[in-house]
Amino acid sequence: METHSIHWFRKGLRLHDNPALREALRGANTIHCVYILDPWFAGSSNVGVNRWRFLLHCLEDLDARLLELNSRLFVIRGQPADVFPRLFKEWNINRLTFEYDSEPYGKERDAAIKKLASEAGVEVIVKISHTLYDLDKIIELNGGQPPLTYKRFQTLISQLDSPEPPVETISEGKLGKCTVLVLDDHNEKYGVPSLEELGFDTEGLDCAVWPGGETEALTRLERHLERKAWVANFERPRMNAFSLLASPTGLSPYLRFGCLSCRLFYFKLTDLYKKIKKTDSPPLSLYGQLLWREFFYTAATNNPCFDKMEGNPICVRIPWDKNPVSLAKWAEGKTGYPWIDAIMTQLRQEGWIHHLARHAVACFLTRGDLWISWEEGMKVFEELLLDADWSVNAGSWMWLSCSSFFQQFFHCYCPVGFGRRTDLNGDYVRRYLPILKGFPAKYIYDPWNAPDSVQVAAKCIIGVHYPKPMVIHAEASRLNIERMKQIYQQLSRYRGLGLLASVPSNQNGNGGTIYSMGDQISENNGIVQSHTGGMTMGKRELEHDTTVGDDVESLGQKIRRHCDGNNEDKQDLNLVSY
Amino acid sequence: MSFERRRSGAVNGKLKSGGTCYILSVKHCLGNKGPIAEFSRWPKIFWRKLKASSHKDLGDRMKQNRINQNVETQPASDVDKGKKRRKTSSAPTSETSNACQVDWGNLHYDVILHIFQYLPLVDRAYASSVCRTWNEVFHMPELWRRFEFELNQPATSYLKSTHPDLIQQIIKKHADHLQYVSFKVDSSTESAEAACDILSQLVNCSIKTLGLISTARPSFMNLSKSRFVSALTVVFVNSKSLSSIKIDDTPVDDPSLKVLVANNSDTLKLLKMSSCPHVSPAGILCVADQCYGLRELALNYYLLSDELLLALSSEKHVHLEHLRIDVVSENPGQTQFHSIKKSSWDALVRHSPKVNIVMYFFLYEEEFDPFFRDETPVTHIYFGRAVSKEMLGRIGMNCPRLIELVVCANGLQPLDDELIRIAERCKNLTAMGLGECEVSCSAFVEFVKMCGGRLTQLSIMEEVLIPDQKYNLEQIHWEVSKYLGRVWFPDMMPTW
Repeated sequence: METHSIHWFRKGLRLHDNPALREALRGANTIHCVYILDPWFAGSSNVGVNRWRFLLHCLEDLDARLLELNSRLFVIRGQPADVFPRLFKEWNINRLTFEYDSEPYGKERDAAIKKLASEAGVEVIVKISHTLYDLDKIIELNGGQPPLTYKRFQTLISQLDSPEPPVETISEGKLGKCTVLVLDDHNEKYGVPSLEELGFDTEGLDCAVWPGGETEALTRLERHLERKAWVANFERPRMNAFSLLASPTGLSPYLRFGCLSCRLFYFKLTDLYKKIKKTDSPPLSLYGQLLWREFFYTAATNNPCFDKMEGNPICVRIPWDKNPVSLAKWAEGKTGYPWIDAIMTQLRQEGWIHHLARHAVACFLTRGDLWISWEEGMKVFEELLLDADWSVNAGSWMWLSCSSFFQQFFHCYCPVGFGRRTDLNGDYVRRYLPILKGFPAKYIYDPWNAPDSVQVAAKCIIGVHYPKPMVIHAEASRLNIERMKQIYQQLSRYRGLGLLASVPSNQNGNGGTIYSMGDQISENNGIVQSHTGGMTMGKRELEHDTTVGDDVESLGQKIRRHCDGNNEDKQDLNLVSY
Repeated sequence: MSFERRRSGAVNGKLKSGGTCYILSVKHCLGNKGPIAEFSRWPKIFWRKLKASSHKDLGDRMKQNRINQNVETQPASDVDKGKKRRKTSSAPTSETSNACQVDWGNLHYDVILHIFQYLPLVDRAYASSVCRTWNEVFHMPELWRRFEFELNQPATSYLKSTHPDLIQQIIKKHADHLQYVSFKVDSSTESAEAACDILSQLVNCSIKTLGLISTARPSFMNLSKSRFVSALTVVFVNSKSLSSIKIDDTPVDDPSLKVLVANNSDTLKLLKMSSCPHVSPAGILCVADQCYGLRELALNYYLLSDELLLALSSEKHVHLEHLRIDVVSENPGQTQFHSIKKSSWDALVRHSPKVNIVMYFFLYEEEFDPFFRDETPVTHIYFGRAVSKEMLGRIGMNCPRLIELVVCANGLQPLDDELIRIAERCKNLTAMGLGECEVSCSAFVEFVKMCGGRLTQLSIMEEVLIPDQKYNLEQIHWEVSKYLGRVWFPDMMPTW
């Protein structure tokens, strides 16, 4: 029987380490490589022009690489569920391959397509290659629950076999006798669309700081490894003024779109480490960037509400403020804090910011200063950030806003001090906020404190040419730390005075106990020890002391109990009592 | 309310299945295992229930409840069983016949009351529709002593409000039962106004505990002082036995505190009023002078005076348990902070040897000068902004009672010597948190070695630790774990 394959590209926009594509080629007579996009959806979606441009670069590069192999990429306009039945017929298809997508939305979409395919008598082959591990195995190893601390995650994967090595790159030989019928009107019918065609106004659009595509990704990988080899230091580099800028060795957007295989990166790193350190066992920290990504994919894969506070079993309900005006100021880089505004400007212009810069702006929007929901910040990143993947984006926002994963909430970044510590001279701020160019380093992070004469000399009057700070950080952080403490005390049922002890530990074994809170509980149980903020109940009339069962209570129950708020858990209300 | 009527109620098949299910949910609650389904939507259901209270409606909803519970707590096969069981409920299986024999409507009040105390309001509301007895129990004062009003506006909050009808019911029927009351308000002025409206209607009440809690930006501060104070004093005047009051971030003023003292001086034990700008040092002194039972006090530093500490240390006064002090400045250099005499601190600790003194600092580096120059009996310190190396040096010298120290940020100089000194001199230190600071790995290991296992809380950001010749980050985890006697890691943030 003849085999006619479609390989469906979604992420995994590459020819190297693409096991599903190899499956499509195995013994096939013809192959069509397709990418499906909906031009109407493009213009109206929440994804910004930089991200679309990156994607189109990736597709152009893929098309060019396929052309070298005498093949082409077929960009199909429409929705997968409408497109496939037509293609199956038109091309006489009996095999469909694609890369496994672990995200809930993707799984749902793929299930529907699989059903369509089986109805049409098409064999479907799915391969994992966007993540290092089979995420379901990690979850299985953890007793059916995704790990909720990074440490626990590390423990789990150290019990697993190392990831599978990357498969061989598709080359001309591999394409073998497999032919593709390319028509003369291919470019019109199946060509990669332009930004204009997708409805974007490209006038005045700067040249891309991050050009997309597999070719670029592989060049960067080489550079990245060369640099590591040259430095011969595999620890995480400390942040400095230089690391804030887009680096030609940066890889995160390429991993996001799958122009670069995480497994290729993993094995190249391992080889290099072994060669330089002359040892056989690289530490897990070597793969930090890859493992964090993996951690969030694992946490999200079975949780369709992972990107929401409501209905999300791992997310603490925090009474965030709804404030569209403040949100807009943050998103547009008009907070009046140069450090925050410079970062948001870089994000909007270039599509990438350093991870500590992400922490700074995320903390500022949520628990640090503005007390606005992480969901709003996540949406802005989804629009602007090239490497924003659904799972990783939502997971990081929950992490940074202390909405999950048991974070110490006192780690608030100061929107003045953090910048100053990173780049004392302020060149980063001047680069992205030229209006502040004239300020001396002393005032560049808090220009509102500059005397009038300095503002005049800098040709920038604060409140006229550049906004005054939208919040007083000292006041906001005082209020917010109280609020977080109140929420966390309720969550951990901690009744002591300590700030640090109010973060709940995860004692049911799926998270690794980092903070022990047992001793405080037993000491203070039943006595009012409520000074530091959250008011807690001590003597309870008529009420059942449920702290007894605390150590057997699962994380889910803790969070749910918290979510249940007023009505469920009267005995744990934040009331003062005597 | 006749026995017959109750029985006839219980014979109704639908009701019975509801009853069985209801007991199921009680079991879950007692066992502290299962969540009670669907709280988020409770006010709507609750009120539809109370108004419509048709038996069929109730039975159906109970079934719904049961399905939810099954899904949550049992494997899928049991769900199927559950469905079958309900279909055949007329044919007695062992479980349903058990349920038939028990006359749920005839349980003693005390038993129902006891069970109700474990139930959330929404479940009590369901149950109250079962029969008269249950309905009467539903309204018993014991179940209405504690209430938390949640007041949010859709425009400013993601969270729901307490239903207005429920608020009205409570004011009408249960105001005199309320003893522990709190108001959680979002950042909108309307919510704060709504809270004041309720407060001013609590005329016939005997509240012991009152909490006004701003969950986002403090909205009570948006109200006019007179509006707020007149509502608050309604409670102060009418409840003669207030013992705990939390009114942080509100426009409370000296005259209203006088009203509080005049009516509740014998009972007041806890007063939290951080960031209440209309209160003066004299206003708080008046409270301390007359409320001898005061054990917990939270206020801002500008209200703290030598006189206040001496008043709290007078012979007539009970031992103070907690004193929380917020030290806040909004503009650098504009606030001059006074200092407190060592003799006043000494008097306080002599009078209340176990007192916890908690200080939260939100200051600019240059404003720290007046603090910790002499020995200060502080037990918990939180530095919310950058604090100088010199200041941390003083902590080590002058805070022998220190239990917890949290430093959010410091400059670029490593804190090695300061940490070692704190380990040497602060023998009670059990909790330490470091955010944007720098410490060399060797010094940190030395610090942990000196403190040892008494450090029950140790939260250090990974970036804080600077690798040196002796230790890198991988090694420090082992060393520190060794000295703590438990597994320890630095706090990590995603590299994303």
